[in-house]
Amino acid sequence: MAALDGNAIAGTLVAVFDTELTTAIGACASCGRRSLVGEFAVYLRGPGTVVRCRHCTAVVLVIVEAHGVSCVDLQGLEALEPAA
Amino acid sequence: MERAALPRRLTWQLATVVELVEETARTKSIALELEGWSGHRAGQHVDVRLTAEDGYQAQRSYSIASAPEDDKLVLTVERLDDGEVSPYLVDELRPGDRLELRGPIGGYFVWEAALGGPLLLLAGGSGVVPLRSILRHHQAIESTVPVRLLYSARSPAEVIYRRELAGVAADGAVDIRYTLTREQPEGWQGYGRRIDRELLGEVAWPRIERPLVYACGPTAFVETAASALVALGHEPGRIRLERFGPTGG
Amino acid sequence: MAISRGFQGRRRGDVDPARVPPGQYVTRDFPVLSAGPTPHTPLTEWDFTIRGAIDQPVSWTWEELLALPSETITVDIHCVTKWSKLDTAWKGVSLDVLLEQVETGAEYVLAFCDGGYTTNLPLEDLTGGRAWIAYEYGGEPLEPEHGGPARLLVPHLYFWKSAKWVRGLELRTEDEPGFWEYYGYHNYGDPWKEQRYRGD
Repeated sequence: MAALDGNAIAGTLVAVFDTELTTAIGACASCGRRSLVGEFAVYLRGPGTVVRCRHCTAVVLVIVEAHGVSCVDLQGLEALEPAA
Repeated sequence: MERAALPRRLTWQLATVVELVEETARTKSIALELEGWSGHRAGQHVDVRLTAEDGYQAQRSYSIASAPEDDKLVLTVERLDDGEVSPYLVDELRPGDRLELRGPIGGYFVWEAALGGPLLLLAGGSGVVPLRSILRHHQAIESTVPVRLLYSARSPAEVIYRRELAGVAADGAVDIRYTLTREQPEGWQGYGRRIDRELLGEVAWPRIERPLVYACGPTAFVETAASALVALGHEPGRIRLERFGPTGG
Repeated sequence: MAISRGFQGRRRGDVDPARVPPGQYVTRDFPVLSAGPTPHTPLTEWDFTIRGAIDQPVSWTWEELLALPSETITVDIHCVTKWSKLDTAWKGVSLDVLLEQVETGAEYVLAFCDGGYTTNLPLEDLTGGRAWIAYEYGGEPLEPEHGGPARLLVPHLYFWKSAKWVRGLELRTEDEPGFWEYYGYHNYGDPWKEQRYRGD
C-alpha cells in the first residue's frame, strides 16, 4: 500500500491548526531527521491518519476524528517549525 | 521566501457547477463558480465533500486545474474504476448542481514567479492537473522562466489537455515531451516507456542549472522520478512532489 | 450539510438490516486500510508466538501453523470507518486450537505484528470459536495488503482488532492499549454497541 504525502492532509491540518503546515519542517522524535511536512509519508485509509518519517518509518503524527472532533497526536515529532 | 498561504478561514463552501468538459474518456473538467472565493496559487488543491440523502459522506482532494488568473475555478477529475467519488463527479454531475468544497489548500506544491526556475514539470497521468495550473499561471504572468514538461500517459487518447498543450508547445513557450507508455501513434518518435533514470537524464535540465522540479502523479511515478533526479545529482531541496493515489476511507 | 444530488457511494442497499450494526454501511469492496507500509516477511522467517504470562513461550513456524487443524468460516466484518462486508470467507486456525497448549492466569492479550501494529483484547474474546489466525481469504492465500501471510480474525469486534500481519500474542495480567486504542479508539470495540471511541 503505497503511502501518499503531506499534501493529502494539508486541508485537515489547516482545519485543526488554522495555518498552512505542508511547508513547516518537522523533526522525527525517533531518528531526528527533519523533513517538510509535505514530504512525510501519509497513510490515509484507516481508523485514523498515520503520518510517518520517510527515513525510519516511525510514527510522527496521528489524526483521529472522534465524534466530529479532530484529535492530533504530535508526540512523534520532536519539533515543528512553521515556514518563515 | 514563500509567503504562507493563509485562507481567511478554511470552511466548507458551496460551489455551483457551470460547465463540464470531457477532456478524455475518463476525465472531465468541472468549471465552478462560488461566492467569496479567495483565489488560489498555482498547484494548490481543494477538498470536495459529497453527502448522500441519508447523511453518508465521502471526501476527496482534487488539484485545481485553472490558473489564479482564470475567471472560473476548474477541477479536472479522472474516473477511477473502483472509486467512490470520482465516478459521481465524472458521470453524474450536471451544470447547476452544487458541490461542497473547501480551499484553496497547500503551500508546498505551489509555484509562483518569485520561486524562479528553470522549471521542470513531471506529470504522471492525471498528475498533469496541478502542473497545468502552473503552466497557465506561468503564461498569464508572461514569465520568462524557462519551463519544460515531461508528460507520461498511457496513450495519445489519454493525454489530458491535448490541444491546449499542443498550442503552448507550438508557440514555443513551453518545451513539452511525452512518453506514451502503452500505445504510441504510428511513426511516433518520442518515448514509449515508463520513466527511468536514462529518460530523465535526457529530459531534465543539467544539474548545474539547478532546476526547480515539480513531479505529480501516482506514488510509483513520483518516487521513481525523485530518486532518478537525485541520482543524477539534482538537489532534493529543489524537488517538490505530490503523490496521487486511492484514498478511500 | 449540502446534499449532493444523486450521490450514493459504493453501498449496497439490498441487505438484511439485522446484519448491519448501527452506523454502518455495507460494501461489496474490500477496502485496504493501513497505518503503515506493508511488511513482507519471508515465510521461512515467519513464526507465530504466544508469550508473556506463561511458563514457556510457544511458537509455530509457517509449516507448523498450516499443519494444524483448520476451519473455513464465513463471517460478517465491520470496520470502525463505517463499512461492513457480509459473508466473507476465510480459512485459518482457531485460537482455541492454539491456546489448547497454553496455561495462563492472564486475562488480557496484546496482539503484536510485523510493522509494529498492536491491538488489545480480553483473552476470553479469543476463545469459544470466536477468533482465528486466518491465512486464506476468498479461497486464496491472504494477500499482503489484506494482512497476509496471516492475520488475526475476530469478527465480533470492530475490524481494527483483527490485526494484519500478526506475529503473536502477549498474554498479560494487566490490560495495555494497542495502537488505535492508545490514539483514542474504544478499548473493547463492540460494533453492536457502537463502541468506536474511548468513552462510547
